[in-house]
Amino acid sequence: MAVLKVLVVDDEPGIRSGVSRILNNFHVTYPFMDEDYTYEVTEAATGEDGIEIIDRDRPDILLLDNKLPGIQGVEVLEYVRNKKYDIVVAMITSYASLDVAVKAHRYGATDFIPKPFTPQELKSSIENITKQQYLKRITHRMNEEGKKIRYQFLSVLSHELKAPLNAIEGYLKMMQEKQSGDRIEDYATPIERSLQRIQGMRNLIMDLLDFTKIRLERKEEKIEEVHLSNIATGAIVTVRPYAIQMEIAVKLTVKSDAVIMADPTDMEIIFNNLVSNSVKYNRVGGKAEIIIDSSENEVIIFFTDTGIGITENDKENLFNEFVRIKNEKTRNISGSGLGLSIVKKVIELYNGTIAVDSTPDVGTTFTVRLPKKQTSNT
Amino acid sequence: MKKSDFTILVADDDPDYLFQTVFSLEKEGYKTIAVESQAEAESVIARIKPDLAIFDLMMENDDSGFILCYKIKRKYPDIPVILATAVAHETGISFSLDSENEKSWIRADKYLEKGIRPEQLDQEIMKLLKI
Repeated sequence: MAVLKVLVVDDEPGIRSGVSRILNNFHVTYPFMDEDYTYEVTEAATGEDGIEIIDRDRPDILLLDNKLPGIQGVEVLEYVRNKKYDIVVAMITSYASLDVAVKAHRYGATDFIPKPFTPQELKSSIENITKQQYLKRITHRMNEEGKKIRYQFLSVLSHELKAPLNAIEGYLKMMQEKQSGDRIEDYATPIERSLQRIQGMRNLIMDLLDFTKIRLERKEEKIEEVHLSNIATGAIVTVRPYAIQMEIAVKLTVKSDAVIMADPTDMEIIFNNLVSNSVKYNRVGGKAEIIIDSSENEVIIFFTDTGIGITENDKENLFNEFVRIKNEKTRNISGSGLGLSIVKKVIELYNGTIAVDSTPDVGTTFTVRLPKKQTSNT
Repeated sequence: MKKSDFTILVADDDPDYLFQTVFSLEKEGYKTIAVESQAEAESVIARIKPDLAIFDLMMENDDSGFILCYKIKRKYPDIPVILATAVAHETGISFSLDSENEKSWIRADKYLEKGIRPEQLDQEIMKLLKI
């Protein structure tokens, strides 16, 4: 239950008590709201008293008569705007001249309630105002959350970017100060590790580029007929040097025709990441397989490996940014922690889904489903 | 007592930072135990009493360092602990051990920003070990 504070400024006691009586027993609810709204009414007989209460209580809604004994309603409205208070104002007026109406509108009055009004008229005005206030609050909250997520992303990103620099800097200092000896051979490990960290950083930067790309608006003209078997073959070729090193056979099985309307670059992102994972997180001498199948409306792709697998616990955050599963088995595998989060975002752009099924030390299967035709809003 | 009489436990999930820290400590003459995770550090603490510990803050958990500080202090209240992290630099979250309030929940004796020079680290260790 949320309470909105209402201030009614009117020199007629009858109006003030009427408003109080009607609103104190009124509540507003909409299906999309997470709670009911009720009202707490405060009264003021003059504009001067009204301003005092506004400064003190910061009401959410102000019901303002224009014709007041001292300063006029429009002046109170002007005061509220100058102070930049977040208050929704409705003017209560009997004979609004065009002049007053224009002025009130310019100062941001959202509504006019004609005097005399029936309880129903007041209620429907208040209902509208409440809806506006609610939406404004939700928008504000969502913007704040967006900011927070961006901030978290940037701080983790800067950590990920700085860690390799720190490592390389440390090794270079060791060499500069000749801490391990005079010969270049004494520094084989530092040199090897520095090169690895540079490679890791390069991968991260490439992934970040993918990441920014998918956040941009989609361009229709890039959508074309894509043969997924070609994309799969390309991904296998890319991962081959690593697969040979790990003695892993990567197999492609095309069970049925798989042509999809898509941007080929997006499909490459999906396949390259999932195929490279199925090799990276495999065991020496293991197997990896891509199976492409399709039904009338969708393409189904399975990426299967005989690798280290993922525990139930780790599955939860698997698709989040910068999540890397850290354990004894993954310590020597390098990665940016962005791959799967990128894959998931791309798949969602196409209204598809990705699911994971895994048994530790046995293997993992990622199942990707993509609709063959895109609806117009993508 | 001389430096070689002391064993220092170092936990950090960045293998290079770990390597470099251990390298500089051993060069100074300390004995070291190097581990790459909170889990490994916990199993070391269960078996061995080091003379000092240096923990990275974020390992498999975001608060691994805090957890390790708490656990080691509960088992060996007299062991000095250094919390080494890059967190303040990168996130803007800053904390230190200067106020009583922070001391009450961060159970470390010294909080150091990562990237300090080996001599500085050695200075701090000698102070804590009263060498």
